[in-house]
Amino acid sequence: MASGIVSYGVYIPRFRIRLNEISRVWDNGEDISESLRVFEKSVPDVDEDSVTIAVEAARNALMRANLDPKRIGAIYAGSESHPYAVKPTGTIVGEAVCASSAFTAADFEFACKAGTAAIQACLGLVSSGLIDLGIAIGSDVSQGAPGDMLEYTAAAGGAAYVIGREDLAAEIEGFYSFTTDTPDFWRREGMPYPEHGGRFTGEPAYFKHVSSAARGLLKKLGTEPGDYDYAVFHQPNGKFPVRVAAKLGFSREQIEPGLVVPMIGNTYSGSCLIGLAATLDIARPGDRIFVTSFGSGAGSDAFSLRVKEGIDEIRCGAPTVRDYIGKAQYLDYAMYAKHKGKLRI
Amino acid sequence: MTTHAPRFWRCIPQRYSLIGTHCTSCNESFFPPRNICPNCRRGAQLEECKFKGTGTVITYTTIHNATEDFDRLTPYHLAIIELDEGPRITGQIVSAPDGVKIGMRVRPVFRILGKEGERGIIYYGTKFAPIEETCCD
Ligand SMILES: [Zn+2]
Repeated sequence: MASGIVSYGVYIPRFRIRLNEISRVWDNGEDISESLRVFEKSVPDVDEDSVTIAVEAARNALMRANLDPKRIGAIYAGSESHPYAVKPTGTIVGEAVCASSAFTAADFEFACKAGTAAIQACLGLVSSGLIDLGIAIGSDVSQGAPGDMLEYTAAAGGAAYVIGREDLAAEIEGFYSFTTDTPDFWRREGMPYPEHGGRFTGEPAYFKHVSSAARGLLKKLGTEPGDYDYAVFHQPNGKFPVRVAAKLGFSREQIEPGLVVPMIGNTYSGSCLIGLAATLDIARPGDRIFVTSFGSGAGSDAFSLRVKEGIDEIRCGAPTVRDYIGKAQYLDYAMYAKHKGKLRI
Repeated sequence: MTTHAPRFWRCIPQRYSLIGTHCTSCNESFFPPRNICPNCRRGAQLEECKFKGTGTVITYTTIHNATEDFDRLTPYHLAIIELDEGPRITGQIVSAPDGVKIGMRVRPVFRILGKEGERGIIYYGTKFAPIEETCCD
């Protein structure tokens, strides 16, 4: 029996900072905004974190399809910025969406692809008939050290996907994962900011893993890039997804609807899941969507989706990605630092 | 360290999801939850109810100087909100770049209400934000 996405919801904080405003403070003489192809990034409010973003996204997902939260059998929350080192985000989400207590929960962590790993776990439980509905979430309030390159793109946002067998908005036709031990980006326990291998994050990390997972899935399913209406790739900046899409044979038109990074920055675990949501927002029944996440460390999960009739039923049930992108309120660097708690007053 | 975890835990349903009390005898709803109905006393038929969280701002004040715990939030708005089901509650208004107005329609949002310092628990709960239009409206 087919399994897939029954509903989805997103949340993007309303504050934004323009990259030019960050480079005004940490000037190193180049046009960073242009070289990264990112123009502004989302910033969480002072009282928002990965949990509040996960809750808002999960509530939007349940509201969109008017689903009974008591049907939820699993909540898997993926993030690299869970506010508690010990105490699962999923427990708080479950209570906040009024789930029953009869659900299993665990937090996932795999840099930027924790959310797609959570979708795979839900898919296993749902396809086997062990649970009715599962919620997979990717949400982050990412931090870069002040002045570090990461600071230009590290943003906040999240998406939640309800996985089930009935009333599908999109069937998940298959997935393929590619995982290796690649130390391109990491954060040791107790450290506030991550470290990264600079240019090492490109070719041997992002490009190798995304391409391998994507090619693996195309081969497994016997499909070609031309068989898909849309494609979404993890978006650490505005250049990588465009370059990897071209390398794999996907067109600019296929990735355009899901390319949200220029307006909101890299939302880490939320990144390709928000890109997929933006694509589902405009997709029609019968459309096919190709999605590939990337998480440093490193791994990629590629999915093939076929949009079903259910999409039209739930289209207007919750705010779209464009709704959130449109509600921007701009900060200067001083207000931004206050928001991110970088200045301990 | 001292923690208020037990006290916070008891309030989780009302803080996260606005769970209150409804009396089926007189059809009045109460928030926070009550053990007795002030109208019906012994004749009360009480049940748990979940408030939608949508309501109207009755009055508000803007806080510019706060205690240490809330210093990072200033300036912030505290309002008395009349929920659509009737009860009035006090709540913080967020995401209101054009300020708060009496009569403004609001909806619930999930936010951090406070933290027990760097090491303690995080209090999550409900704040309110202005209702805005979305694409499908
Ligand atoms: Zn009564």
